[in-house]
Order: sequence, then structure tokens, then C-alpha cells
Amino acid sequence: MLDKNGIAKRIAKEIKDGYYVNLGIGIPTLVANYIPEGINVVLQSENGLLGMGPFPFEGEEDPDLINAGKQTITTLPGSAIFDSAMSFGMIRSQKVDLTILGAMEVSENGDIANWKIPGKMVKGMGGAMDLVASAKNIIVAMQHVNKAGESKLLPECTLPLTGIKCIKKVVTELAVLDILPEGGFRLLERAPGVSVDYIKSVTAGKLIIEGEIPEMDV
Amino acid sequence: MINKVVSNADEAIKDIENGMTLMLGGFGLCGIPENSINALVKKGVNNLTCISNNAGVDDFGIGLMLQKRQVKKMISSYVGENAEFERQLLSGELEVELIPQGTLATRCMAAGYGMPAIFTPAGVGTEVAEGKEIRNFNGKDYLMEMAFDADFAIVKAWKGDTSGNLIFRSTARNFNPVMAMAGKITIAEVEELVEPGQLDPDQIHTPGIYVHRIFQGENYEKRIEQRTVRTR
Repeated sequence: MLDKNGIAKRIAKEIKDGYYVNLGIGIPTLVANYIPEGINVVLQSENGLLGMGPFPFEGEEDPDLINAGKQTITTLPGSAIFDSAMSFGMIRSQKVDLTILGAMEVSENGDIANWKIPGKMVKGMGGAMDLVASAKNIIVAMQHVNKAGESKLLPECTLPLTGIKCIKKVVTELAVLDILPEGGFRLLERAPGVSVDYIKSVTAGKLIIEGEIPEMDV
Repeated sequence: MINKVVSNADEAIKDIENGMTLMLGGFGLCGIPENSINALVKKGVNNLTCISNNAGVDDFGIGLMLQKRQVKKMISSYVGENAEFERQLLSGELEVELIPQGTLATRCMAAGYGMPAIFTPAGVGTEVAEGKEIRNFNGKDYLMEMAFDADFAIVKAWKGDTSGNLIFRSTARNFNPVMAMAGKITIAEVEELVEPGQLDPDQIHTPGIYVHRIFQGENYEKRIEQRTVRTR
């Protein structure tokens, strides 16, 4: 079983040289720490920055320079700044190669719910609906089950949707799965020490298992 | 050159009245028009509809207007980190319309470009699509979203000249340029107000034609919402 950093490390392997990548808040943010040596990636922050650098050194924080999580950050050589309309223009026109975000639920046909729980204070969708509606490749980073122990990989989402038929791949602490165009979670890899039967027991949506399932290399 | 300068925030906002719709630039607390917000709080104008990506925090930004119950409705993409906001929302005192961030930005852009509506895939198949026209282009569904119609847009820039040309700094740019283009009347507050000719025309982000009033703000606090650092 992986911890949060393990999930981030596994997802980092999906990033290819030359990618422009948008990382959501939470586990996705950690992916930046594991981008392999020699792979050139430009991180997009939807508040208007391409080429997001690390956190500033203490004392060098600039209140005018933040990421979409409102954290102080830095630029890098080659960074570019733009307004919010252009930021979502490059997202909508699919210039961003990969979006990585968290989720509360994912369905076997690729629907995602990650912004609202009825009865709880709703903070808003931020840029998530724009990202999932337009991204050409979206990976969800999340825990396999919720705090109540219920599967988050479902036949259909029960929470209000963020987007429909958009998720291609899910990485959890237990498994890597892709979502087939005809529907269903296809098990690709299992986390070290996790059995296929266990993954079966915590996946409520249709699970497709073809042949031997290799252990993740993390 | 046409002179757009007003003496201060109080003068800039003097004809903002109860019940008007305002756009306020900024992302979180970054690049918000601090001086104008303080002036609106002082003036006590109320029943406002505010279009802004966020709603500030309890004691800064639009949060200050919420404390004084000046806001009737917020149109935003994300409104966390504000206890007074949450209280007013749950008690029904405050109306909130949550819309996707890209839709918010592009509805501003459409207003500034003179286009009545945009088509976006954001929100298709979700509750955001309820009651909206859906059109299919090249096999994909899009929602029709209307350009905003705001009485005033209030933005914050880094530098501006007396004829209203604006330059923003770093990610404090965010929604400011698109909102500047979208107001019937646009107010710009700047950290440094200069004479025409002191800004390079090639470097202007917002041409002065979009800006009706400009003033140099004072005492910018520029509060940081999430101070994150690394060790040396």
C-alpha cells in the first residue's frame, strides 16, 4: 500500500518530456517533487503562470507571486505570466498536456465528483470544471476508499458531478487503473503487497482484470 | 492625452450606489483593489452584487464588505477561508452563485470584447448547466454563458499613467485585465502613477481606453494568504 508520496511518485512516471502539466491541490501538488531527472516539464498554475518554481526561501516571499492554491511560490527561467482568461484559454484549447487532480468519487464511465457534498458548506469548483471538461488527459490521484471505508470507484457517482466522461486514469494507494471508453476500471498495476482480491473488494464499479496484474514499480 | 486621474479612492467610487453590480479584480488576496474596498466600506453602500473570483478572508478584502453586510450576492468560483461568509450563506442573508473559474474569466473577457455570450464545455452534465442552452459543435457539447454586465469594474495594477494605461505585476495580474475591459465604468488603483510617456507602449497590458478613473493607492498591505517557504 502506498502513502500520499507514493501515489505522487507513481503518477510522476506518467509525465513525459516536454509536457505542460496542471497540478491540483493535495496529492497532485506532491507530484512536482518526483518528476524524473532529465524530464523537462512546465507546470501551469491557473491563476496565470507557466513555469511554476519551488517555494521561495524564507524572507523572499512575494505577495504578488502565488499559485492557484494561494501559496507563495517562485518563477523559473523561462516562466510566463498571463491573465485568467488566457490561462483558461490554454486549458480549453488543450495546450496543457496533462491534468492531475484529486476526487471524491470517480465512476466507471469516467465521470468525476470533487467539488460539493450536499449538506456541507460548498466552497466552489474553482477551475476544476474547466479543467476536466477540456483536458485531453486527466489522471485522478485519490484514496481508494473514503473515510467511512466506502469505495470511491463507483458504477455511478452519487455526489454532484464536476464533469462527465473525462477521467482516463486513476492512481490510488492500492492500484493503477485506466477507464475504458466502453466503461469499466481496468486494473493495470497493484501497489506493493496488495492483492487483486483486496482491490476487488474495495472497488464498487465494474473492475476488469486481464491476466497477471504486475506490482507497481515505485 | 486624456486625463483620467481622480484624487483618491473616495472620489473614484463616489457614484457607486446601493444595488449596483461590481467586478473586483484579484485572486485570493493577490492583486485586490485594497484602497477601493476600504473606501466602499467607509461609504457604507449596500445591496451590492460582487463578481470576484473569491470573497476575501474575514478581516481583509471583500471580507470587510461582508462584515458590514454590504453584499447581497457574490458571483465567484471559490469562496472558502471565510467564516463570516459561511455564516451569512447558511443563514440565507447572502446569495451566492458559484461558477467555474474559466467561465468567470471568459464572461468578463466577452464583455470586454463586445461579445454577448461564449460557449464553454465547463459544467456540461453538471448542475452548472441547469437552465442553460447547450449547443453541439464538432460532436462536443458546450454551454452558452452570457457576458457579464457590471456597472463598475474595480482593478488593481502595479503601474499606470494618467491616461489610464496599466501594467500589472506577476500573478497579481490574474482577473484584473479582463475585468478592466468589462466594466461600464472602470476604476484602476495603482501602486505607482506616472506621466504619459513613462510607460513603454509595448509593455502596456491594459490600454487606457478601458480605464475611466485612475488613482495612486496608499498603504498597500498585500497580505499573504498561504505563506509557504523552503529552507536554505
